[in-house]
Amino acid sequence: MAHVKGLKCRECHRPYPAKPLHVCEFCFGPLEVDYDYAALRRVVTRRAIEAGPPSIWRYQALLPVDGEAAVGHACGMTPLLPAKNLAAVLGVRECYLKNDAVCHPTLSFKDRVVAVAVTKALEFGFPVVACASTGNLANSVAAHAAEASLRSVIFVPADLEQSKIVGTLVYRPTLVAVDGNYDEVNRLCSEVADKYGWAFVNINIRPYYAEGSKTFGFEIAEQLGWRAPKHIVVPAAGGSLVTKIWKGLKEFQALDLIPEVRTRMYVAQAAGCGPIVNAIKADSETIRPVKPKTIAKSLAIGNPADGYYAFKAVKESGGGGEHATDEEILEAIQLLAATEGIFTETAGGVTVAAARKLVAQGVIPRDESLVISITGNGLKTQEALAGVLPAGLTIKPTLKAFDEALAAHEAAERGA
Amino acid sequence: MSVLVRIPTPLRNLTQGQAEVKIEGASIGELIERLDAKYAGLKDRLCEESGSIRRFINVYVNEEDIRFLQGTATPLKPGDAVSIVPAIAGG
Repeated sequence: MAHVKGLKCRECHRPYPAKPLHVCEFCFGPLEVDYDYAALRRVVTRRAIEAGPPSIWRYQALLPVDGEAAVGHACGMTPLLPAKNLAAVLGVRECYLKNDAVCHPTLSFKDRVVAVAVTKALEFGFPVVACASTGNLANSVAAHAAEASLRSVIFVPADLEQSKIVGTLVYRPTLVAVDGNYDEVNRLCSEVADKYGWAFVNINIRPYYAEGSKTFGFEIAEQLGWRAPKHIVVPAAGGSLVTKIWKGLKEFQALDLIPEVRTRMYVAQAAGCGPIVNAIKADSETIRPVKPKTIAKSLAIGNPADGYYAFKAVKESGGGGEHATDEEILEAIQLLAATEGIFTETAGGVTVAAARKLVAQGVIPRDESLVISITGNGLKTQEALAGVLPAGLTIKPTLKAFDEALAAHEAAERGA
Repeated sequence: MSVLVRIPTPLRNLTQGQAEVKIEGASIGELIERLDAKYAGLKDRLCEESGSIRRFINVYVNEEDIRFLQGTATPLKPGDAVSIVPAIAGG
């Protein structure tokens, strides 16, 4: 950890050692990793990064780990795709999708933060890793813990999608389904973390864990040919991802890896759980918690811990925020699939729907570069589309049956 | 006739290591004043200079966030449980 000076309170700037701590003892502000940027300037270059592995670990100098990456060697460097068909529908000139629906190994951006958190948990010598999760984090912690041969204990709301449950249980963690919403699960976990000496990735390991999200922004800038886009739309649950993408771009600028950052950051949330977007629209830095009610369960955090910083990143960058209703989320999932052949989960539907509205409102200009963040995979939230998609054709194994079925199908399509 | 208050780890050096304390108070605001009278310095840690509760602290009365109730004016009755919990990241 040559380039980490320690931890620092984001609010009162009190310094702390680089230990498993997450809250300032004095003001309760969150602790953040404090780097020696002067030293980093001497070692971090475009060439050094390009010579690194095709994963998040090419940015290891800007991540808070001491030694080699212990897990997640294939994590990150997901595609940044020019989305011409979607751009045509949205009516923008230059649109890209940063597609973490194919992040290794559990198909969401959470693999980035967990690869860092589990590496850090091993460095600290914890025997158990744990988390509170809306699903994607559960999958990722269980998978990385298996790779690290650590025991894992995963807390989730009991009403989670079946594929997120199966996609956790397969790694054989201790899965605890809690009869309550995520905010209640999280609160329980803060008490569990107090009592049991485990590495809770989103609690006592949080300062390290959260740094992993910077790699989402690093990759966008590197993949665009070492420049930041003009607009990035990011889904928000706890609000950490948008905050860290913004931090990552600023770090790249400070290290002279990219020209001055003029990116505007936008937060996308579900209409049924949008406390950060509510604050952005009201231009009030007070985040009022809400009781979540949305099909976008991975974003259903009513009391976002990093909401205040997400708000600040948006305002500082001159960006904005938009909500998506459940109906708009389902339409947007299908729009992305139909235009770009990408199946995203409900959170991706929120992001695409919000981006579409922001362009339609003229908030995002049509002639500037836009990156839409796809953070999860549609195979994990299939229930959301139940009854929405038309059925396929079911036939006997004869050519005649096929001819008739196809003719009827095409006639129905013409009629529709 | 008092209220049970759960104290988070960072504040236990002010409560002689106690994780739970019992104290009287008709509202959250009054409870904080009485806590401070008994455990000097607690109010400074919980509240901004303006008196409002710090941004990164969540206060619950019987499992409900006081921001869904009446904030620091939220009334308390004997036997209520108050939890003070630092904000937690998630996903």
